[in-house]
Amino acid sequence: MDKDNYQHHISQQFNKDLTAVRNHLMEMGGLVEKQAADSLDALLKGDTGMAENVLKVEDRINKLEMMIDEECSRIIVLRQPAASDLRMIVAISKAVADLERIGDESAKIARMAIQLAEEGESPRGYVEARHIGAHVRRMLHDALDAFARFDVDKAVEVAAEDDQVDLEYRSAMRSLVTFMMEDPRSITRVLNVMWTLRSLERIGDHARNICEQVVYLVQGKDVRHITSEKMQEEVRKPGKR
Amino acid sequence: MSESSTSDTHRKQNGNDAMTSTEQSSHGFDASQLRQSGAPQLNLANEKLKMDVQHLNLFYGNDQALKDINLVIPEKKVTAFIGPSGCGKSTLLRCFNRMNDLVDICRIEGKIMLDDKDIYARGVDVAELRRQIGMVFQKPNPFPKSIYENVAYGLRLQGGKSKRVLDEVVEKSLRGAALWDEVKDRLEDNAFGLSGGQQQRLVIARAIAIEPEVILLDEPASALDPISTLKIEELINELKDQYTIVIVTHNMQQAARVSDYTAFMYMGEMVEYSDTDSLFTNPQKKRTEDYITGRYG
Repeated sequence: MDKDNYQHHISQQFNKDLTAVRNHLMEMGGLVEKQAADSLDALLKGDTGMAENVLKVEDRINKLEMMIDEECSRIIVLRQPAASDLRMIVAISKAVADLERIGDESAKIARMAIQLAEEGESPRGYVEARHIGAHVRRMLHDALDAFARFDVDKAVEVAAEDDQVDLEYRSAMRSLVTFMMEDPRSITRVLNVMWTLRSLERIGDHARNICEQVVYLVQGKDVRHITSEKMQEEVRKPGKR
Repeated sequence: MSESSTSDTHRKQNGNDAMTSTEQSSHGFDASQLRQSGAPQLNLANEKLKMDVQHLNLFYGNDQALKDINLVIPEKKVTAFIGPSGCGKSTLLRCFNRMNDLVDICRIEGKIMLDDKDIYARGVDVAELRRQIGMVFQKPNPFPKSIYENVAYGLRLQGGKSKRVLDEVVEKSLRGAALWDEVKDRLEDNAFGLSGGQQQRLVIARAIAIEPEVILLDEPASALDPISTLKIEELINELKDQYTIVIVTHNMQQAARVSDYTAFMYMGEMVEYSDTDSLFTNPQKKRTEDYITGRYG
């Protein structure tokens, strides 16, 4: 199915409903993207005001999640969607859950940012946080882009990025552990940074999940719980439009 | 939707290895041919095939109503035909027990095999064929007789049955059609006194009384209220243990609910034939997709 195909229903109201739920997902995506970016900035700059703001916006994301779920239920009960429409609704309601979790992780990072800022003195691990943070932000942006454009190739590309993030995360963890062993007084602070990295890594996982939903949405293939290589293989297999 | 089962079927289709040329049906039909006839993901490897339509063309005068139809009907499964009005699905269904013989200007080419004999071959006893392949129509059409006589009618025509045998078959058939409990105390009442849904189940009881092998259902629930419709669907589910069922329906949710395999027809052509799950979650042809999602193609 392609991007504009969902419009051509005989029922105009159905077209409108689908467009609306899709737009709301994109709105939520934009908001979550900003949350992830802001929480990371707040951490790196020690900006507690920005971090507080992230915690405030969190509530709007939760509301959007409930609204989109409600819209999906309504479409299911009123339209009994089939084929690509069904896949669209399923993909949206799953992507919404991932976006909400990304919102949660951003809020966690914001809380860490506040704590770390109050403790003063930037500890080790910010270089890694900056690096991994930039990486997962790009992933999230591209995953949402792939969803908006029904772009399977991009989705596969972004999903593969997650392997890289996992590698970076593991190596950052190793160096922070070494650091803690060398300087036990820093353990509390470094642990906070580790939680932050953990949250960033989780955001990468959720971005990957969204990419998997793009493949399901467009090709009807279930590519969850397989390696990136297998995913590429599956997507290239013929038999689908 | 159930995640594990759908993902499984997806994988299977994606493999595109659903069939190999070694898988042949009981009557020597090479299932791999289906791959060329627009059913890339149809996996009939585990099915015994009951009927087999081969290159069927049907003309009403100069108008071609069915164009080179190829499909197989698996035994003891429910196969649904869907498609817009006038696409030929009822015409195709009628071919299965030669109801189109009654139409003067109708001409048929090709074969329809029931097990290993062609039902259009010379010397086929059409009355016997229709005993093997029963049919139920959109509007219930009970005879103006008692409930009992409606069900016993076919057996009486065959003759030689004792009252005791008739009683048994009537009860068994009415039970089979999930109607017994509602009518057992008034078997001698006129069948027209039953509700539409009951009449439709009575007609189904009449059809199964003569123990057919295949039951054709032409929109069996479209004139019924939702509760009666559900009863008919439930009945179809029970009947498929014993009978091969082919159903034509305009209600796509119904096709999705009751059938194992679904064929989508459009303008006299078989567009897509697939297992029902795949057809409704991930159709391969754009026409199918447009139809089942309510788009204008």
